[in-house]
Amino acid sequence: MKTVSSLLDVHWYERYKKISKLNIRSSIYDVTNRCNLRCKGCFFFSSDEHKAAPEENNIDRWEAFVESEMARGVNLAILIGGEPTLCFDRVEAFYKRLPTFCATNGLIKVPRDRFPDMMIGISLWGDEEDERILRGKDTFSISSKNYAGDPYTYYLYTITPKQIGKTERIIRKIQEAGLKVHMQLLSNDEGVSGFHWKPEELTAIREEMDAMLDAYPQTVISSKYYHEIITTGKMMGRPFGWLECPSVTQPLDKRDPAPKRLTNFIRWASDLKTMHRCCTSETRDCSTCKDGAAHMSWVMVNKRAHMQTAKDLQGWIEVYEMFAKLYQFLPW
Amino acid sequence: MTVALELDQMILDIAAIMIEELKLEDVTPETFDPEIDLVDEVGIDSMDLATVALVLRDKYAVRIDEDDYPKLTTLRLISEYIHRKLVARAA
Ligand code: SF4
Ligand code: SF4
Repeated sequence: MKTVSSLLDVHWYERYKKISKLNIRSSIYDVTNRCNLRCKGCFFFSSDEHKAAPEENNIDRWEAFVESEMARGVNLAILIGGEPTLCFDRVEAFYKRLPTFCATNGLIKVPRDRFPDMMIGISLWGDEEDERILRGKDTFSISSKNYAGDPYTYYLYTITPKQIGKTERIIRKIQEAGLKVHMQLLSNDEGVSGFHWKPEELTAIREEMDAMLDAYPQTVISSKYYHEIITTGKMMGRPFGWLECPSVTQPLDKRDPAPKRLTNFIRWASDLKTMHRCCTSETRDCSTCKDGAAHMSWVMVNKRAHMQTAKDLQGWIEVYEMFAKLYQFLPW
Repeated sequence: MTVALELDQMILDIAAIMIEELKLEDVTPETFDPEIDLVDEVGIDSMDLATVALVLRDKYAVRIDEDDYPKLTTLRLISEYIHRKLVARAA
């Protein structure tokens, strides 16, 4: 029988031991339905999820809700929106109790005296030109000043097809700001012209992502196996999509046969009662979904499938390490 | 099903169920190390365990509580868990 220790040498086995007991149980929370931007292609607004439920405004209810989430076994809160920094009291309800990651567009600075070590992921959709087209403004010029040198912050760089050949400049700018970066791909939920991925573009961007990881290992938090999965949409010959997705809200998940999935995962709307279908847009076509978190979770929940060869298992370990670093369960 | 079933035989039977249900390769009930860490070494997760638990429930009429999954990290521990419940029921 193939076992982990029979597949790995001492070095890889040590790496494996560091992640094998982490047992991360995440869920995702819409902190608010509002945002101070309106990006073209934002899954939240394009699918009307901001209208799915009215916001809960009572902070006591938020605090009680977080307690009930912890009782459900959640040990990582991923806060999204809308823009969570519009509601710091709600963010604090999580942060005071749980390891908390806050996604933001970076326009509002999270006060570090109130949230000293909260993990922050700043969304970035390309260079100045792309950002102006898709988001109405060059957010980097503001967010990079707000967060320069912050040891708990990284950029979530959503790469668009127009970024091919241009990623290095962005990564350098992030490096110069003293920050880290994780790369993901635009799903283009609103069908903005010129931002759809063609197969040859996906091949090209995979090479470029690999090259960035090689050239900037201190800045880029990523793995080549993740690049392969996200650009091909395939893992061990299996296509990604609804039948395989691990990031479906558990109580709504009636798939039969049940695929490997995240234990107890729920994405909650900001009324703290309504559940969304999955970690991203309810209206997104699963067959073209490029959601980075769903792809990395897809690898992580399929450990045994990666126990055919040492190379497969090493790929699995690298993706798991990447995830653990993104949420600082492992140091950068 | 009799509670007199020896634990050793039960380990072999449960090993056979795990091999069949989880499609484990290159192992037989006889070569399945009852002490091997199923999670860390074999890569079995809670969904795999739930699959096995369903078959064990049908075979032994014993329910494995989901809260107990984290403790059941080896074939021996699973077998002892089932065995203990059967003995308690017979007492
Ligand atoms: S900043 Fe984020 S939440 Fe706001 S519109 Fe853009 S993508 Fe959507
Ligand atoms: S849209 Fe993406 S994340 Fe959501 S269920 Fe489909 S594949 Fe999964």
